[in-house]
Amino acid sequence: MEKQWYTISVYSENNVGLLNRISGIFLKRHINIEGLNVSKSEIEGVSKFTIVIFTTEDWTRKIVHQIEKQIEVIKAFYHTDDDIIYQESALFKIASHLLFDERQIQNIIKESNSQIVTVNREFFVLAKTGRRHEIDEMHNALEPYGIMQFVRSGRIAVTKAAMPISELLTEFQEN
Amino acid sequence: METLKAEKKEKKQETTMRITGAEALIHCLLAEGVDLIYGYPGGAIMPVYDELYKFQDKLTHILTRHEQGAAHAAQGYARVTGRVGVAMATSGPGATNLVTGIADAQIDSTPMVCITGQVTRSLLGSDAFQETDIVGISTPVTKWNYQITRVEEIPEIMAKAFYIARSGRPGPVLVDITKNAQFDELDFKYEKCTGVRSYKPVPAPDSLAIEKAAELINNAKKPYIIFGQGVILGEAEAELKALVEKGGIPAAWTILGLSAMETDHPLNVGMVGMHGNYGPNVLTNECDVLIAIGMRFDDRVTGNLATYAKQAKIIHFEIDPAEVNKNVKVDVAVMGNAKETLGMLLPLINKNEHKDWLAEFDKKHQIEFETVIQKDIHPTKEGLTMGEVMEQINIATGNNAVIVSDVGQHQMIACRYAKFKETKSNITSGGLGTMGFGLPAAIGAKMGAMDREVVAIIGDGGYQMTIQEMGVIFQHNVPVKIVVLNNDHLGMVRQWQELFFESRYASTVMTNPDFVKIAEGYHIKARRVVQRSELKDAVEEMIASKDPYFLEVKVEKEDNVFPMIPTGASVADIRLK
Repeated sequence: MEKQWYTISVYSENNVGLLNRISGIFLKRHINIEGLNVSKSEIEGVSKFTIVIFTTEDWTRKIVHQIEKQIEVIKAFYHTDDDIIYQESALFKIASHLLFDERQIQNIIKESNSQIVTVNREFFVLAKTGRRHEIDEMHNALEPYGIMQFVRSGRIAVTKAAMPISELLTEFQEN
Repeated sequence: METLKAEKKEKKQETTMRITGAEALIHCLLAEGVDLIYGYPGGAIMPVYDELYKFQDKLTHILTRHEQGAAHAAQGYARVTGRVGVAMATSGPGATNLVTGIADAQIDSTPMVCITGQVTRSLLGSDAFQETDIVGISTPVTKWNYQITRVEEIPEIMAKAFYIARSGRPGPVLVDITKNAQFDELDFKYEKCTGVRSYKPVPAPDSLAIEKAAELINNAKKPYIIFGQGVILGEAEAELKALVEKGGIPAAWTILGLSAMETDHPLNVGMVGMHGNYGPNVLTNECDVLIAIGMRFDDRVTGNLATYAKQAKIIHFEIDPAEVNKNVKVDVAVMGNAKETLGMLLPLINKNEHKDWLAEFDKKHQIEFETVIQKDIHPTKEGLTMGEVMEQINIATGNNAVIVSDVGQHQMIACRYAKFKETKSNITSGGLGTMGFGLPAAIGAKMGAMDREVVAIIGDGGYQMTIQEMGVIFQHNVPVKIVVLNNDHLGMVRQWQELFFESRYASTVMTNPDFVKIAEGYHIKARRVVQRSELKDAVEEMIASKDPYFLEVKVEKEDNVFPMIPTGASVADIRLK
């Protein structure tokens, strides 16, 4: 079976130990977590994990079953890139003098559609939100001039299809 | 008015009590119907032990000689009773010593609650004396775990722990309680847990899937059932038997399914798996409909998956959605509790018999009998065999003992040859293969079924891993019968070395102590058998004993267990020698 990118969304109760439980499921199968984001979800008190992996659909399905089996997990889904709207964010810290010494940097800022978050005498910080390849392109463009610090977030994603978590929770409570 | 007020006040006192966390824990256990726990005290759990001392008329605590023994004893108790076993230990090494038993309970779906003490909340993360992250350590091998750091959490978390351990597919739960939470006081009130929002223990049965399953079964020419522990855990033994009899379907068992159906039933065709019976393995690849009930297609059952039952339509009755299509792709998955789903299936099944198909099992049995079984249970050579010991135990107990086995050759022989009439009678470490399981598990099994004969079958290797639990048997006079089948080797590993490593016996030869003297050192009646002529009498004497009894049987050193499916081979290529 062919490997591809999968995004796993996990809706869960907010529990301190759950991240450890979930990461263990990947560790046991030697599947690398390529992106991880934990945040609140659209439902109060329910957390959402967004996990990106590169593997086969068969493995992804089995992993999702193992995740769902955890007591505090309400529901887990997996999606291909076509099923979702997704973004990542990145921050670039760059020396301020380069803004004047290297005119090309201003073009990169304009073309990449990134924002300047802060500027001071020593450095300025650029924020970029977009697809992974867009962030990679911007990184490649800036790299020759020197990047003081770089960080990229995990993927965040929403599905094109509806997510009936509220209905599920009501159903759980009725049973 | 005054009396009314007084009444109200009294009622309030009934529902809440101002007590310490340690005492609250005892009340939680009592509310869950626990009357027996296994454990070992230590610094971080002392407040709880102090309460155990005060409640000893209601709650018996058995001091095992090692925390691993406590976990296995709780497992043995749980397996034989179907109730939740409870084990307790202190922080640090006490907690880590439980881990093997917890992992064993997880893979064999045994309901168990483990309670560990933990350093006081303010010391967490400071590498305090006997501090260990037991919640982190036990996470991959527990169904659920939790660290209580505030006394108010105790009732709710304990209720949740018992509910999770026993519901759905059962499993071990660990609750770690910091010392401050044991000392602090709370207004105690206990409510049993009836549900957890994010947890659905039993999937709702789908009647369409059941109809599809019935259709496949009714049209099958060679239907074949393999049942596992799901039948026992779901208490679906009667439904299984009814299905087998109505459909005239031959049924085989996995090692953990053993005893769910009486072994002498004409449609019970034997054991599947690596050392299972010849017919049940070979004919897996000839049936047209394979009905798997409460089993998980473990690699020891399936052999090479690429050649496993490819010709058959497969129906899987299963409670855990994560098990469906995990190892074997199935045609129909029937989710739910086996008792309920088989109950729904039964009326849809046509009465049938499959004489020709059954005859094939008989033929294969005949082949296995002549090449293997006859030699195992009625040997003509000089050395004693493990099989003939099992046969004598069957005879002496009227095929109705609880058999607890350890891990290795003797375990395979015990499971192949032990006869059962009652369910929950075969207690063994199946999934994890934990050497050292047998002796402590037998203590738990006996204490859970005092009216039944409990015989532990253990090898000389595994026996020495938890031999210290003889102390418990002596101190509490637990009338368990212990049979050590001594071949002075780690027999199963030696067998593999002989077959697959050109007889290079790396670290499998054991120079053993005098086991009889050791048992006698614990003041336990003991006897050694080295000659066939003594065997019958010794087994009879052991079974007749009202007290614990230790029997060592010196068996042939280099016997092998057959049939055998070599690792990676197909079930069809099972070797008879």
